Amino acid sequence: MSATLFAVQTLNGLQLGILLFLIAAGLTLVFGVMDFINLAHGVQYMLGAYLAVAGYGITGTFWGALLIALVGALVVGLLLEVLIFRHLYDRDHLDQVLATFGVILFLNEAVKVVWGAAPLTLPMPDLLSGSVEIMDGLLYPVYRIGLIVTGLAVAVLLYVLVSKTRAGMLVRAGATNAPMVSALGVDIRRLFMLVFGFGTMLAGFAGILAAPILVVEPGMGDNLLILAFVVIVIGGIGSIRGAFLAALIVGLVDTLGRGFATDIAKLLLSPSAANDVGPAIASMLIYILMAGVLFFRPTGLFPVRGG
Amino acid sequence: MKRIITAAVAAAAVGLCGAAAQAESLKIGFLATLSGPPAVLGQHMRDGFLLGVKQAGGKLGGLDTEVIVVDDELKPDGALTKVRGLLERDQVDIMAGVVFSNVMMAVYKPIIDSETIFVGGNAGPSPIAGRACSPYFFTTSYQNDQNHEAMGKYAQDTGYKRMIVMAPNYQAGKDSIAGFKRHFKGEIIDEVYTKLGQLDFSSEITRIAAEKPDAIFTFMPGGMGVNLVKQYKQAGLAGEIPFLSAFTVDETTLPATQDAALGLQAGAQWAPNLDNEANKAFVEAFEAEYGYAPATYAAQGYDAARLIDAALTKAGGKGDKEALMAALKEAPFDSVRGDFAFNTNNFPIQDVYVVEAVKRDDGTYVTQTVEMVFEDKIDAYVDQCRMN
Repeated sequence: MSATLFAVQTLNGLQLGILLFLIAAGLTLVFGVMDFINLAHGVQYMLGAYLAVAGYGITGTFWGALLIALVGALVVGLLLEVLIFRHLYDRDHLDQVLATFGVILFLNEAVKVVWGAAPLTLPMPDLLSGSVEIMDGLLYPVYRIGLIVTGLAVAVLLYVLVSKTRAGMLVRAGATNAPMVSALGVDIRRLFMLVFGFGTMLAGFAGILAAPILVVEPGMGDNLLILAFVVIVIGGIGSIRGAFLAALIVGLVDTLGRGFATDIAKLLLSPSAANDVGPAIASMLIYILMAGVLFFRPTGLFPVRGG
Repeated sequence: MKRIITAAVAAAAVGLCGAAAQAESLKIGFLATLSGPPAVLGQHMRDGFLLGVKQAGGKLGGLDTEVIVVDDELKPDGALTKVRGLLERDQVDIMAGVVFSNVMMAVYKPIIDSETIFVGGNAGPSPIAGRACSPYFFTTSYQNDQNHEAMGKYAQDTGYKRMIVMAPNYQAGKDSIAGFKRHFKGEIIDEVYTKLGQLDFSSEITRIAAEKPDAIFTFMPGGMGVNLVKQYKQAGLAGEIPFLSAFTVDETTLPATQDAALGLQAGAQWAPNLDNEANKAFVEAFEAEYGYAPATYAAQGYDAARLIDAALTKAGGKGDKEALMAALKEAPFDSVRGDFAFNTNNFPIQDVYVVEAVKRDDGTYVTQTVEMVFEDKIDAYVDQCRMN
């Protein structure tokens, strides 16, 4: 296990973490601020990817696809908010889970009706299609570096928005005591709608960015939704900072676990037993991590104060 | 008044047709996975089968044919309930289809126990080829190990010495690696087992780049395969380290991987370019009808329909079940894969090829044969089958 290999695997882990952060950010915002469990977040991620593929079909460029898909994701999100989610804010979590699970089934099927069951693809933008050699014989796509930079930018943007601007202040106040904010003359409904729309757009944005490296297929968001929940539970629900750090931790633990668990198991066990034990442990690591965090810090690593 | 007479005549006509159809009609229950991410496999198989029925004028063996397509949702218990419905309520004459082995293992016994003829379109788990074989079951696909064995033999014949093998960490993944090792005698420097449904393969790809094997072999069905193929190409390994695969690179994933898959290799008993009359006609008709290139699943579904058609004709209808089963066993049809015969366990004896992904002149991505790996391949379980 050379130092280079370890460094490259660490980079791989960070990049997976950034991707997870992009998905988890919108989820934690909606869950934390509005106390609303949105299982449909994963299908909104999927929708972003599909809209980008459709947008690419129309404009023929990645950037056109990005624009169309972002607007499309926002429109769909607002539509869902007005039609369905708005009526669920005052209900308990079980109702929210049931209703948003229904949205998952509906949208997964709808996507299949419109685009078919076969997996699709979105090409990388030409500008970022190059690659750099980071290890003998291994190229690192510039696109993935772009992904990391974008993720960092989104993190900074969200931090500034939530903690430094007037809108962010209202959102935080609304999360703490909605009736009071409403009594002070703020339209809380519209505020929530904006937060929700923004969260949806973030999910869609993650879907668009993931499309060139991952498969675009019906149900593509379902696996990621679970990971996103793991991230926000570890990070502390509602905390953007928590989601960011937890995403990086989860990405690193998962990637390094997959990279080295079998090798470590081989030090202790026979090769065939190591081949059984290593992968099993690697795929459990993040859940073990979550269980550990919940045991010692039930509110997550970076709980939101007050509220 | 006139309207009433017309209606009466029409009703009488319908009644007559109904009576006629009662005497000479065929009901086929077709089970396929048509929802969730693997729906595309079921779609290929179903479209191939329905094309075969359509080309026979909707009459397999001259009988008015009704195909009842049922989605198993990849849930073995749900599939079982649906199959019971087909057997008992709809009273189907023949069962066909089934994409996945776990669904196959759940529905196989009830179908066989009801003494219904069952023509499989894809899944070929080892128990059914071996100990649990049945005179009622025929398959137009393969025994599950076939493509993995072909890749192992190809790697051995090509002279690869050091290989990395990679598969998802579940039963089919382990079976795949075992099948590969049956004919590959070189050194396997690493066996990598990944999470089922894995998205990001950077960690595994980094490992491959670091170890520099002569080639890799992988079994990554569905979306996992698309992720791996795209990332393998983006990491600059495609073209550097040969990529042998099974159920990873085919016409169901090529629309998503496109250029990234070009030159990657797979094992298969069929490819769209196989040079025989039946195949040319099939590929042309399939693409004209559905607007996409057929994968092996489609070819197998099509062959299933044509096998049933030819056997019914030969047996003179569905009345004599023994005669029909004997006719099926002779496989009196021109398979799209050329040579085709049933072994004693009713699994095919067929040629197996290594194929690679290419871009056709019209821009469609398809697989194309590179060379034959096995001639008249016999599966490894036939000796365990004691039929009759």
